[in-house]
Amino acid sequence: MTKSEIIDILSRKQSHLSGRDVELSVKILLEQMSDTLSSGSRIEIRGFGSFSLHYRAARRGRNPKTGETVDLSPKYVPHFKPGKALRDRVDASKETFPITEQ
Amino acid sequence: MTLTKAEMVEHLFDELGLNKREAKELVEMFFEEVRGALERGEGVKLSGFGNFTLRDKKQRPGRNPKSGEAIPVSARRVVTFRPGQKLKQRVENYAGTVE
Repeated sequence: MTKSEIIDILSRKQSHLSGRDVELSVKILLEQMSDTLSSGSRIEIRGFGSFSLHYRAARRGRNPKTGETVDLSPKYVPHFKPGKALRDRVDASKETFPITEQ
Repeated sequence: MTLTKAEMVEHLFDELGLNKREAKELVEMFFEEVRGALERGEGVKLSGFGNFTLRDKKQRPGRNPKSGEAIPVSARRVVTFRPGQKLKQRVENYAGTVE
């Protein structure tokens, strides 16, 4: 499932809103989530999960093509921890639905 | 400050002028669609943000960390999130301390 498929489904279910408003809403929502993480804050959505940043220390890496060593500076990476409801619902479906569209 | 559904609703109200009830419904429905897809075994791709993927894990040996007793970790299906290039780049550039 993609962002545009979600927008289509929500537009159908929220027929009193224009398709454009639904599309903008989803884009604004994801933009707000990205802004939050890139300013060092967390996201917590009950029943879904939480997003936070994990620290990666500086390390000496290698350019896989040239073999040259490169010094990589410390950085943060986004991390998602599924909430209990999502974990349980996904796990409960493992016998019923094969994994598709990965 | 931590972002929750309440701030998302407020933000949609401010930015788009949706009323609070509409905005709340939309935010709830968005996450419900993502959950629903994952629950049907479907991965979810949100371009610019990241992808949610599913993985089936086999049973593996585990241990009760308190008692040291060996108990197997049962087979399970888990959700993983892979941030997209754009989000990774933006987060990487963050130089402060995390909340």
